[in-house]
Amino acid sequence: MSGTFVGMPAFPQAAGKAVRNPTLRGNLRHATHTIRAKRERAVGELSDWAGLREAGRRIKDHTLRHLDRYLEQLEESVTAAGGTVHWAADAEEANRIVTGLVRATGESEVVKVKSMATQEIELNEALAAAGIRAYETDLAELIVQLGKDRPSHILVPAIHRNRGEIRDIFAREMGEWGRPAPEGLTDTPADLAEAARLHLREKFLRAKVGISGANFMVAETGTLVVVESEGNGRMCLTLPETLISVVGIEKVVPTWRDLEVFLQTLPRSSTAERMNPYTSMWTGTTDEDGPRAFHLVLLDNGRTDTLADTVGRQALRCIRCSACLNVCPVYERAGGHAYGSVYPGPIGAILSPQLRGTTSEIDASLPYASSLCGACYEVCPVAIDIPEVLVHLRERVVEGGPAVRRGNKVLLKPAKGHAAERAAMRAARWAFARPGALRVGQRLASRTRRLHPRTLPGPGRAWSGARDLPAVPPEPFRDWWQRTRGGKDGDR
Amino acid sequence: MNSRERILGRVRRALADVTPETRPYEEAVPRDYLRAHGERTAGETVDLLAENLADYRAIVHRAGAGELPALVMRLLAEHGSREVLVPPGLPPGWLAEDGPVRIHDRAALTAARLDRVDSVVTGCAVAIAETGTLVLDGSPDQGRRRISLIPDHHICVVRVPDQVVSSVPQALERLDAARPLTWISGPSATSDIELDRVEGVHGPRTLEVILLG
Repeated sequence: MSGTFVGMPAFPQAAGKAVRNPTLRGNLRHATHTIRAKRERAVGELSDWAGLREAGRRIKDHTLRHLDRYLEQLEESVTAAGGTVHWAADAEEANRIVTGLVRATGESEVVKVKSMATQEIELNEALAAAGIRAYETDLAELIVQLGKDRPSHILVPAIHRNRGEIRDIFAREMGEWGRPAPEGLTDTPADLAEAARLHLREKFLRAKVGISGANFMVAETGTLVVVESEGNGRMCLTLPETLISVVGIEKVVPTWRDLEVFLQTLPRSSTAERMNPYTSMWTGTTDEDGPRAFHLVLLDNGRTDTLADTVGRQALRCIRCSACLNVCPVYERAGGHAYGSVYPGPIGAILSPQLRGTTSEIDASLPYASSLCGACYEVCPVAIDIPEVLVHLRERVVEGGPAVRRGNKVLLKPAKGHAAERAAMRAARWAFARPGALRVGQRLASRTRRLHPRTLPGPGRAWSGARDLPAVPPEPFRDWWQRTRGGKDGDR
Repeated sequence: MNSRERILGRVRRALADVTPETRPYEEAVPRDYLRAHGERTAGETVDLLAENLADYRAIVHRAGAGELPALVMRLLAEHGSREVLVPPGLPPGWLAEDGPVRIHDRAALTAARLDRVDSVVTGCAVAIAETGTLVLDGSPDQGRRRISLIPDHHICVVRVPDQVVSSVPQALERLDAARPLTWISGPSATSDIELDRVEGVHGPRTLEVILLG
């Protein structure tokens, strides 16, 4: 796949391009509005939603605060059940482990269940470099893979494509990867789903190696859980002889009972269903049922750095439901690609800069990809205060300060691009402390209002590039108040 | 230092500010939510299961023990099935003597062979009324996970009211984590095209549920 996020422009440039694409905006608006209304209905069915949300938050917080203990317990349980546990400090190490495991089977192709972790580490590219072909089997991932595209949504990576575009991609590309699309394929969703069923069937039936992620891992029992809809997950988890699951270390929960919370909140938050069509749970290996070898690769790749940030660590509670994307006014207009990461939307804006650090242009711009309206926090089933973390990360970008990168403490420098902002804030502080100077400045601004440019010059250009400058009133508020006593004297 | 030690070390350093929890887990994490939503009689719970199964496009039938074999045969005939897959411990009285050829599942059957079978009949471990979910746990009347996956037509028999619970929390209490579990809520579906639900992708496109009781 050629799609990569390396070298992405900063969010405002990428978003600016996206908002001028009417097809994309139409597709996103249609999809996000459909799911929003359905989610409200699904959540409204549960009178104890607030209690479930709070329990989910507490379970995740407790686990994160004792993560070392639960990871060790998980390793022990998985091993006792016949699985093998591997630890990967970063993407490169995870890719090396998985490539080695596939090579050891002697196979040159694998079937994959949709997995954010393997997208994050760009496993498919690493496997391709080693001569191993990875087939994505989730319908949306298949659309992305066949279209040589990038994912733009956590749950539905091809949300930016409408049915007509999907039909064209299937008709054009399926033959390159295996069984071609049926002649005369229409753009009805049922026909498109049927084409995917036929195309992938032969791959499932001959697959010897499956690769997955997991939604949850239970420390107490060693059970892994994959939540899905289509049955491609079940195919990949049960038909191959070898199963390799790559899972972020934050996906562990302490007890079996904890699933009772998340199996209620996740489906209703993500696809707005009472329950998703299929959920698979497996504990190690089972004789004569499913893979004979099971490997679990526990992935850090920036998660422990995120954990070190006392404000930002709450992002690790995320269960990847994507409810925050679907309600976000910025996501709805900018689309997922502008976020320059496999994690788009509000959660991506706080997760990517923490997992990857804030040094690149795109990561430094992500905390600003929000109007701080708070809708994401409202719908989050584990109550991540995304606006709080956004503001915290903005501060880190502007002010710099201590952070942890790859396990080491570092001192971040203030970002260069924000010199003008800092100068403006210093000037504001000076003026607000001196009422006389403020008054003179405001009167001057009012009298010269017709001469003001529509965009700011110099370093202010970036700010006004995406915003209209506020109109300056004909007289300062305080002068108007002095003159009219708030309009009581009959003025206007 | 290996990566295991490196990651665990990073975790411990990252948590330097945290005071370890000394209370038992169940006290440390209060659960202020319901075990089930609403009060229902056993019969009403079965009705809710039927309603929610149907809402997600499963086809629901009811039968007494005496009617079951005839009903199963009728459903197989209506589907045009020539072969029906049978898990090793399916109760003998669930199928009639005549009807489609029975393929008894065994480890030697390849996935490609299973793909040529039209239908499968299984029991289940538990059914959840609030969500319209069937859970299979690989017991002898349910068989390997793949047999309820590859054939395009799945007939699942639920003993009511014994196997029916109201809620997800009640279902987890009954299930054994050590067994391979498959939770099924309606036929396979996708929301990947414009976030709209379409039934019928890789799993069985027809799910028929017989409430036996």
